[in-house]
Amino acid sequence: MYEFFIAPFAEFDFMRRALAGSLMLAMSSCPVGVFLMLRHMSLAGDAMAHAILPGVATGYLLFGLEVLPMSAGGLVAGVVVALGAGAVSRFTVQKEDASLAAFYLISLALGVLIVSLRGSSVDLMHVLFGTVLALNAAALTMIALICATTLLLLAIFWRALIAECLDPLFLRSVSRLGTPVHFVFLGLVVLNLVSGFQALGTLLAVGLMILPAAAARFWAHRIETMCALAVATGFVSCIGGLLLSYHAALPSGPAIVLSAGAIYLASVLFGSRGLVRARTSQHRHRTA
Amino acid sequence: MTEACLTFRDLTLGYDSHPAVHHLNGTVKHGSLTALVGANGSGKSTLMKGIIGVIAPMSGMVTRKWGASVAYLPQQSELDRSFPARVVDLVSMGLWPKRGLLGRTTRQDRASVASALLAVGLEGFETRPVDTLSGGQLQRALFARVLVQNADIILLDEPFNAVDAQTVADLIALIGDWHGEGRTVIVAVHDLGLVRDHFPETLLMARRPIAWGPTAEVLRPENLRRARRFDEAWHDDAPWCEPQDGPGHRHDDGHRHPPAGHADTGRREPAVSPPA
Repeated sequence: MYEFFIAPFAEFDFMRRALAGSLMLAMSSCPVGVFLMLRHMSLAGDAMAHAILPGVATGYLLFGLEVLPMSAGGLVAGVVVALGAGAVSRFTVQKEDASLAAFYLISLALGVLIVSLRGSSVDLMHVLFGTVLALNAAALTMIALICATTLLLLAIFWRALIAECLDPLFLRSVSRLGTPVHFVFLGLVVLNLVSGFQALGTLLAVGLMILPAAAARFWAHRIETMCALAVATGFVSCIGGLLLSYHAALPSGPAIVLSAGAIYLASVLFGSRGLVRARTSQHRHRTA
Repeated sequence: MTEACLTFRDLTLGYDSHPAVHHLNGTVKHGSLTALVGANGSGKSTLMKGIIGVIAPMSGMVTRKWGASVAYLPQQSELDRSFPARVVDLVSMGLWPKRGLLGRTTRQDRASVASALLAVGLEGFETRPVDTLSGGQLQRALFARVLVQNADIILLDEPFNAVDAQTVADLIALIGDWHGEGRTVIVAVHDLGLVRDHFPETLLMARRPIAWGPTAEVLRPENLRRARRFDEAWHDDAPWCEPQDGPGHRHDDGHRHPPAGHADTGRREPAVSPPA
């Protein structure tokens, strides 16, 4: 038991750092994922993940495999795409899905072009799929800062975020916060994807955001419990994924996201609002 | 009670340079209960959106009495019913004007939510998810939210659509209570019988104001006939309405203004204010 669950983390420094980094990542990106899902923007998260690629690639092109320039580049690219797509959808007739798709496709093509200018396919693999086992102190500090910022902003804007999801027109009729809140939220999505790309890569970072949230939807009826469950699911996925990666010598990023995927599939089937329960409980009903 | 609560000055509201509310002048008295009547496309919803400021005027202005708060129940709510919220969460949104983003909800606030649910006949529904409510129950819950908002001006856009007779009667009674409390209430309604029975004043619209005043005078057959005969379509070749104090917009209702000074002389339909 100890051998299997504790020893890898007790014995190896890189495993402890990976654990700390991925848990902080889950702590902040899972609640963001819940709101992303409830705003029907789950795929927008995926698009944003692609969108930060050219920024990361530019950072890599100029400074090599360094955390800060790559993250800063990703942040800039993500914010440009989020603001551009958000502004197009808020101020023109085009909806967010179309404007975001347009912006992220441009961004993605640019990113692939920049990566190909220098570097081998190994580097591209690193950018796309991350290496949670190689998190250094700088990366951990950045993840911690982003985690703290996210939790603080979520706490401040909690009520407005819920109002903006539940009844945006009402929020507009009582407050001017609707548009700012939308952009703050998009900013949080970008921040958490940038935070996740070191550990999981640009493509898989969104997995830890969406899968736990989607799984929690099958168990919870209220947003508070949904966020708590999503974070718990994220924690279990990170620990499980790291152990799986360690014992079976698998790449860590996909192992973490696949653990979350397994929990999601189990929730679809066996959740309190899942398939099995819906089939079996239909045979009985109350008198009123 | 003769104080003006809302004042429209040559107000034109619309979309893409086409007016949906055209040169509206007049005042809504403090504490009045007004029915907004007109065909589909006559500008009722647009006027309400203009009053709360969701769309900006193309020309002219709406002024609200200083410090007066507004509660607005839209015709097509953008409410996302798949969101995991309970009835009590929905109704508590009405606390926003009082508590804002960060204010703590007090026991008194919770009591006001509970009494609003009681008033609309939804006691016992507190923890029901909103996606399990029927259309009428949802409308009652939205009325409860308006109650909690405790606003001076209440705008209801076709609140009786797809609602059964019992619910209409209950909601009308609530509107009567608001009127009795001295709030200013404007309701867009299609059912002229309801208007005649329950609304002292009526504004009849056909994009431009047709008549405004005591309900019995406004809902006369000749006015209704004129209100029915407006051109609902937009015309891209409509002549430009020369701006007095804002960007120009096209005229779609077929009338032309004389070349100059139409704000004083050119209007075929003098704006009518309800008598004090």
